[in-house]
Amino acid sequence: MAQLPLFSPTLASACSVTDLTRYLRDLLESDELLQDVWVQGEISNFSRPASGHLYFTIKDKGASLRCVMWRNNALRLAAMPRDGEAIEAHGVISIYEVGGQYQLYADLIRSAGEGALYQQFLRLKARLEAEGLFAPERKRPIPPWPQSLGIVTSPTGAALRDILHTLQRRYPLLQVYLAPTSVQGDDAPPGIVAALQALNQRVQPDVILLARGGGSIEDLWAFNDERVARAIAASSAPVICGVGHETDFTIADFVADLRAPTPTAAAELATPDQLELREAVQGLSERLERSMQSNLNATRWSFSALHHRFQQQSPRTRLQTGRQHLDELSHRAILGMLHSQQLHKAQLTALQHRLAALSPQGVLQRGYAIVATPAGQIVHSTQQAHPGDALTVQVSDGAFPVRVDNSSKLPNNG
Amino acid sequence: MSTPLSNLPPIDSLTYEQALAELETLVGSLESEQQTLTEAIALFERGQALAQHCVSLLDQAELKVQQLTSSGLTDFTPAE
Repeated sequence: MAQLPLFSPTLASACSVTDLTRYLRDLLESDELLQDVWVQGEISNFSRPASGHLYFTIKDKGASLRCVMWRNNALRLAAMPRDGEAIEAHGVISIYEVGGQYQLYADLIRSAGEGALYQQFLRLKARLEAEGLFAPERKRPIPPWPQSLGIVTSPTGAALRDILHTLQRRYPLLQVYLAPTSVQGDDAPPGIVAALQALNQRVQPDVILLARGGGSIEDLWAFNDERVARAIAASSAPVICGVGHETDFTIADFVADLRAPTPTAAAELATPDQLELREAVQGLSERLERSMQSNLNATRWSFSALHHRFQQQSPRTRLQTGRQHLDELSHRAILGMLHSQQLHKAQLTALQHRLAALSPQGVLQRGYAIVATPAGQIVHSTQQAHPGDALTVQVSDGAFPVRVDNSSKLPNNG
Repeated sequence: MSTPLSNLPPIDSLTYEQALAELETLVGSLESEQQTLTEAIALFERGQALAQHCVSLLDQAELKVQQLTSSGLTDFTPAE
């Protein structure tokens, strides 16, 4: 062994324990292997004081290793380790200077079988992925409104209760078919396969939920089984896988047409929400009323236009028009009549004047007189008048009698 | 809408999806096409009945759960 400078005999004084311990610590912490190590063994002297940090020893037949796990890492453990439990712990090797002890500062603890299972998981995942079982183009769409839904899960688990509550709340129109199976243990994989096949062959649901509540990785192991993976791929109905918690990924999740983080989420992804359905109906009802209203308005409008045109053609309107025409005509007739009356009157007056001018009366008024015999014969000629004859002389305002003078020498008589 | 109303199935026999799909088609045609008033009123009345049918289906719906058994299907009542 090469001499270390710390122990050089040429140094005048010995080094301090602290210096030595720091030196050892640096030495351990500079070793890559020791800074990323898995150790397996059995837990003993487990303690968990109020600080929340975990202190324990991992031992096997030949040796033991002091371990500490800080509180923040301890909080992430799915299950608390117990004394006597075979585990694998991951962390870094360093030195607790005060106690002068090297120890494992653990950040992960898993049960002993888990590592092998995980390797198995990775190998199967890689193989099925290479086969194309996880390919996005293999994923079938989930029907938006399934009428029937199959559930593959344990009939007694919390997962089934959560799923049924969610379905009743969101989409109670569903017909649900439960294909019960155990979801944990050696009989779970063939049970799940049989349930998937029974649903597809006997009731052909629109969609299938494959579900299980949370648990340890061993509890969920049936969902990493190749037979289950192939049954999901072979299902006629699309499969939604909701296994464990959000952080759990199984082979079934990768093969399924849709992965849900939990059973409840699987039920939600499989169904529409009835509130949305009610809103859709409400929206359609409103559109129905609006379009009926606008249809009625259009009809009413074209009716009133037509009605207006019709009224123009009605007998009453025609009558009114005729009446108006008549009024106009009679007005014109009256006017015409008045006019012609005046015309006639003027003509009449003129005629009367002419007549008056021709009347003997007019002549009499100018001073002439008419002489007539008592027999009424007008005396035109001296021949008709004999001395002593009584005659009548008519003048303008009356008549008086005259007698022809006896001494008269009438020209025609003499 | 091309199908005469008298040829349509009775509303009570329709599933929710069928009723909603018909309602959507009906509203679309009422909005876009010219019908006689009689046709429009008939469409409107059927539309209202379809909407009412959808709502009452949702109101009355109870999840039906059946369990597959070796002999057939049996009603399943979940343990509370």
